[in-house]
Amino acid sequence: MRHLLSIEDLDRAGIERILDRARSFTEVSEREVKKVPALRGRRVLNLFYEASTRTRSSFELAAKTLSAEVINFVSSGSAVEKGESLKDTVQTLSAYRPDLIVVRTPHVGAAELIARWSPAAVVNAGDGKHEHPTQALLDVYTLRERLGALDGLNIWIVGDVLHSRVARSNILAFTMLGARVTVCGPPTLIPRGMEALGCEVRYTLDGLAEADVVYALRMQKERMTESFVPSLREYAQRYQIDGRRLGARQILMHPGPVNRGVELAAEVIDSPQAVIGQQVAAGVVVRMAVLYELLAGRTAPDRQLVTA
Amino acid sequence: MNAASPDVPRAAEPLVHREQPPADLLIRAAHVLDPRTGIDAPHDVLVRAGEIAALGAPGSLPAPDGAELIDGEGRHLFPGFVDPHVHLRVPGQEHKEDLDSGTRAAAAGGFVAVVAMPNTDPVVDDATVLRSLREAARREARIPVGFLAAVTRGLDGDALTEMAELADAGALGFTDDGRPVHRAAILRKALQYQRLCGRLLALHEEDPSLSGAGAMHEGEVSARLGLAGIPSISESTAIARDAAIAGYEQGRIHIQHLSARESVAAVAEAKARAVERSGDEREARGRITSEVSPHHLTLTHDAILARLDTRLKMNPPLRSEDDRRALVDGLRDGTIDCIATDHAPHAREEKEVPFEEAPMGTTGLETAFAAVFTDLVVPGVLPLALVVEKLSAGAALMGLGTPRIAVGEPAALCLIDLAAEWEVGEHGYESRAENCCFDGRSLRGRVLATAAAGAVVYRERAFALSAA
Repeated sequence: MRHLLSIEDLDRAGIERILDRARSFTEVSEREVKKVPALRGRRVLNLFYEASTRTRSSFELAAKTLSAEVINFVSSGSAVEKGESLKDTVQTLSAYRPDLIVVRTPHVGAAELIARWSPAAVVNAGDGKHEHPTQALLDVYTLRERLGALDGLNIWIVGDVLHSRVARSNILAFTMLGARVTVCGPPTLIPRGMEALGCEVRYTLDGLAEADVVYALRMQKERMTESFVPSLREYAQRYQIDGRRLGARQILMHPGPVNRGVELAAEVIDSPQAVIGQQVAAGVVVRMAVLYELLAGRTAPDRQLVTA
Repeated sequence: MNAASPDVPRAAEPLVHREQPPADLLIRAAHVLDPRTGIDAPHDVLVRAGEIAALGAPGSLPAPDGAELIDGEGRHLFPGFVDPHVHLRVPGQEHKEDLDSGTRAAAAGGFVAVVAMPNTDPVVDDATVLRSLREAARREARIPVGFLAAVTRGLDGDALTEMAELADAGALGFTDDGRPVHRAAILRKALQYQRLCGRLLALHEEDPSLSGAGAMHEGEVSARLGLAGIPSISESTAIARDAAIAGYEQGRIHIQHLSARESVAAVAEAKARAVERSGDEREARGRITSEVSPHHLTLTHDAILARLDTRLKMNPPLRSEDDRRALVDGLRDGTIDCIATDHAPHAREEKEVPFEEAPMGTTGLETAFAAVFTDLVVPGVLPLALVVEKLSAGAALMGLGTPRIAVGEPAALCLIDLAAEWEVGEHGYESRAENCCFDGRSLRGRVLATAAAGAVVYRERAFALSAA
C-alpha cells in the first residue's frame, strides 16, 4: 500500500495488520517518555482545508510520538486564500520533500489528486462526503477491543448518511470484517443507490433492538435550511438515540463532535454503553499504525515516479 | 401553417467560413456510403472546382490535369458530418477554444459544418455581437459555421432577445444552452414569437431545483462517491413541460443532449401526440426533434467510479447503463433525430481541480465518429449507415442543406479508414483543449481527409505524408 485514500485500498488482512500494530503502540502512551524513534527524520505534512480539531491533533500526536517531523498547513491565512490552486499548493509544499501528506479537503477525490501530484505517500483525512478511512479504522479498532471480532455483528448507522464520509468508509470497513450494516435515517438524508455499498436501508428505528452496535452520525444544523428535515425537533423525535431506545447490551458509537440533545440524548452519551471516549483514544494509536504502515522500512519517495 | 417552417426566407447566408481554394480531386476506389442517395459500393469520385463532377466504377475515371489523386482503396467516403451543437468559446473565452482551433478540430473529426452555441462572454444576445462574430468566422473558420443566438438576454431567463433582428442577422435559431429556459411563461412567449421570426428553439432541459449543485448522475455511483447527484427527472420533467407548451403553441422545438431513459420516453410521447393532432406524420414528428451525444451513447457513470476524472464531468451527466441503452434504442427507432457532440472545451487549469470544482463539459469533435463506430457499429449494435446518417442529420433540423455524395453537389465529404486503430490524445488534439472524455482510449476509425464547402480542410498527418 502506497497511500491510504479509501478503505478499498485495504483488504481484511491489511486492516487486521494495522489494528494489531495499533494495539502494540498503546503501551507507548503509558510510558513516561511517550515517544519511539520509529519514524525519526521523516517529514509529515498536515494539509487541512477544513476546520478539524481532533483529526488534525491526533495525526500530529501520532506522528510526533513516532518521532517524525510535523508541519501543519491550514487553509486560513495560507496561499489557498490568495487563490492558489490545489495543484500549485501541493507542488509547492512538495518542494519541502515531505515523506507523507495528511490531507483533509471539502472536495471528493482531492486526496487522490494529491497522490498523483506529489511523490509523498498520502493519507486521506476526509475528502468531502466521500471517505474518511482512518476514522473507520479507529472505529473498527474500538469495536475489536470491546468485542473481540466483528464477524456476524449487526451494526446500525443512524442519521445523516447523505452528507457523511464517515458512513461511507465505515460501511466498507465493517462489511469487510464480516459485520452486517443497516443505515437508518430520514429518506431525504439517505442517498438513492445507497444499497450498492452493501448495506440495508431503513427509515425508522423500529428494528433497532436487533443491533449489536448503534453508530450515530452528527446531525448538522445547516441541513434544516435545505429542507432535508423540517425541524431538529422532528428529527430528534424520530431518530435521537436516547435511554429508551438504547438497549443495555448495545454499544453506542459517534464520530464526534456530538450535538447533545439532537442525535444523542445526554443520558446515553454518559452511559456505560458509549465508547465515544475510547474512539478518540484509539485515533492516536491507529493513526500511528497507519503512518508506520506507509513509511517504516520504506526509502524516501522516488521523485521519478511522479507525473506532473 | 406555422411560420417556423424552414421556408421562411433567410435574410443572411446561414453559414460563414474563410474562403479557401476549391478542390480538384480524384478520390480513387473509395467505398462510397451515402445513406440518403443509397450508394453503398466502391467508386471513383471526381471533384472539379469544389463540386462533385463525376462518380464512376473504381478505376474508371481518369485524373484530369492538376487534380490531386487520393487513394481511397480500402477506405470509406461518407457525406461530411454536421454538428448542430458545439461550443467554440468566441467571443470572450479564447483560452478554451477559438474559431480556428474549434473548426480545425471539427474538420479532423470529419465535420463539414458546425453550429455554435451563444453562451459566450458576452452572450450572443444582440445583432451587433452576432454580426461581429460572423465577420470573425469569415476570416478564421476553416469550415462553415452557423450560430444560434440566445433566447433570453444574458441567458438570465427573464427577457427575450430581439429574436427577429437576430434572425435577420443570421441566427439559425435560439437557445439558452448551458441553462434551461426556466420560466414557462418566457418559453411560451419565445414560442409565440417564433411565428414571427421563424427558426428553431433548441432547449437545454433541466429543472435546476432538482439538479441543484449536482456533479454527476444520481445513482449508485454518486452514493458511493458522496457526490451530489443530478437525477434523471431533472431532465425528463423539463422536457415534458416544454413539449406541452410547444404543442399548445404549435411551435418547433429541438431537445438538446438527451441523457436519460425517461427523457427518450418523454420525447417519444411528445412526437406521438404531435402526430395525433396533425394529419401529416412527417411534419408532426419534426415539430419536436432531439439529439444525443457520442459520450452518452457509449459511456456510463461507472467510468467515474473507476476514474474520478474531470473529463468525465459534463451536463447532462453520464448516466446508467440502462439509460445508455435507451438512448441507443431511441437513436435506432428515430425518437432521437441526430448525433451532436456538445463539444465543450475547457482549459487545462480549469479541469485540473477536484471533481466538484471542475466545469462541465468534454470535447467531442475529433472522436465523435470513432467512438460511436468502435463501441456501437463494430459490435453490431447499430448499422454503419444509420450512424453516418445521424452524424449529418442535424443539418436539416437547423434548416441547412444536407451533404450528399451526388454529381453537382459541393464537396462536403470525409474519407475514413475504418480499420485504423488510434489512441485518443496520443499525438495531442487539434482542439485547443484536451478535456476529451475518451482520452487514452484506443478507437477504431480514423478520419484521413475532409472536404468542406468544396475545399480540402483537413488531411491526417501520416496520410498527407504518404500521399506526398
